[in-house]
Amino acid sequence: MQNTNYQDDPYLLSRQSLDKNASEDISEKIVAAILFACALVSVLTTFGIVLIIFQETFSFFQEVSFAQFFLDTKWTPLFANKHFGVWPLINGTLLTTAIAMAVAIPLGLSSAIYLSEYAQPKVAAILRPAVELLAGIPTVVYGYFALLFLTPLLRNLMPLEIFNALSAGLMMGIMITPTVGSISLDAIKAVPRSLREGAYALGITKLEAIFKVVLPAALSGIIASIILGISRAVGETMTVLIAAGQQPRLTVNFMESVETMTAYMAQISGGDSPRGSLNFKTLYAVGAVLFILTLALNIVSYWVANRFKEKYD
Amino acid sequence: MATSYQQDDSLDSTAEFTDNVESRETLGKVFEVLFLLGLLIGLFVLALLLFDIFRDGLGRFLSPGFLTETPSRFPDQGGIRPAIISSVLLGSVVILVTVPIGVGAALYLEEYAPKVWWTAIIEINISNLAGVPSIVYGLLGLGVFNYLLGFGPALISGALTLSLLSLPVIIVTAREAIRAVPDSLRNASYGLGVTKWRTISSHVLPYAVPGILTGVIISVSRAIGDAASLIVVGAVGFLTFDPGLFQRFMALPIQIYSYITRPEPGFASAAAATIIALLVLILALNGVAIYIRQRFSIR
Repeated sequence: MQNTNYQDDPYLLSRQSLDKNASEDISEKIVAAILFACALVSVLTTFGIVLIIFQETFSFFQEVSFAQFFLDTKWTPLFANKHFGVWPLINGTLLTTAIAMAVAIPLGLSSAIYLSEYAQPKVAAILRPAVELLAGIPTVVYGYFALLFLTPLLRNLMPLEIFNALSAGLMMGIMITPTVGSISLDAIKAVPRSLREGAYALGITKLEAIFKVVLPAALSGIIASIILGISRAVGETMTVLIAAGQQPRLTVNFMESVETMTAYMAQISGGDSPRGSLNFKTLYAVGAVLFILTLALNIVSYWVANRFKEKYD
Repeated sequence: MATSYQQDDSLDSTAEFTDNVESRETLGKVFEVLFLLGLLIGLFVLALLLFDIFRDGLGRFLSPGFLTETPSRFPDQGGIRPAIISSVLLGSVVILVTVPIGVGAALYLEEYAPKVWWTAIIEINISNLAGVPSIVYGLLGLGVFNYLLGFGPALISGALTLSLLSLPVIIVTAREAIRAVPDSLRNASYGLGVTKWRTISSHVLPYAVPGILTGVIISVSRAIGDAASLIVVGAVGFLTFDPGLFQRFMALPIQIYSYITRPEPGFASAAAATIIALLVLILALNGVAIYIRQRFSIR
């Protein structure tokens, strides 16, 4: 009935549709504004991280000089004789990261090469998610495994300390393998078949095609995956906290206990140090170093992946 | 002179070629085995890890009261009920917070955002946030939720910290799901005079739901397994009551860490048993994700 009413009266019809448009226009704008606010949360998160970390870090450097932080070689902020040299923590981080990458690069790359060049598609479809399961295991589980399974096993072979860089690094490497593997795999898969076939036509073997054609062509993606893997290892906390120990040392001896930046942060936090104390501020100073380091690695990885991307089309 | 060199060269290389082809193929076979070995080592360690954990923890996991009692000072007594309740609460808050915000942000970036410099900054910013270590999110949570908003070391602080941690992953996967919706669907809707938001809410979103849900579940199961940020925010390793939103809290990974760090040997099996509980929870979530993808995906 109403319908006929409107049709009979052109004025009413246009009034109705105009009103509808006006109100819908406003609600459309409101929706767009709400969605924009959602997107803004990520920007606010970044601002929050930067503001909070650097505010506390700034106040840390009013009590401890840059020289004490970057030139001293001892890290003993909790002792009576306080030293604030951050290098032992950076050393611990780099040592465990180096061990992790010594595992993750060969394992990740050979997984990627096998899945892309050798495996039947059906087999690859099963094996790829199986390898990626490694990334889904909580890192505290790797810590458990490193401390309670791997360390006792390795101690039969060499004089490891109970907490040591080796076990933690090895487990972290297994954990990071899928990060290196899946990004490399995507890069390798992006190399067009015509390049491989051209190589085969010149009488090259499959292995030579992989090393002389496929890998060089995928190099930017592979390097990006490795840098991203390093960033993961630098920021990883639970495995090194559990298995590498809490001994800030300047050493390359992987059989000893070391302390990473993240492990120190986990050790000092948890409400034990009251806000405003110097101990509390060290948490943020070390956090700032960690944040800058991982941010730089992520940016370089992003840049390498885009900058040197081979164009085939 | 030049021609003779060229002839020599080609003769030489042909000779080498026929001589070496077998050994080169053999080398290829050797490397194929090596690559396969590299792939299998990871899987072997995964199998070993699961085997070791089930061997150490299954007995304790199945012991009466392990899932239903509060922790005890004695390794072979007590259970992990507060940790389970904490983790489920944390996961629920993460879903409630991140799904609307994450999907909203993804919709904005895919459907509304103009191609200008500041939307490019938002995009780069999100991919950078995905690479920030969990423990740095802990510092953010400690500063904003514990102190600025005054929640203190309560479950809500941990939950909101984990939400911020999960957000970038959810935005990225939701964007992929939304991008996969064919444009013909949108254009058909616009052609009928339907407004933008109506088109999105009634056509684009339902189509993208399986992809979005998969991303949500993957990132929530990561959040449930995360411990580093919660340690900084102030999760405790021992709780004798069931936590509420504004009370001290635990989490399954924190319970595992707390068990591992105790010296008495019996706690190792309690840690392994708690790992089994955590893995079951994560596997169940992933199972749901796979089911949703299979059941609802439109091809």
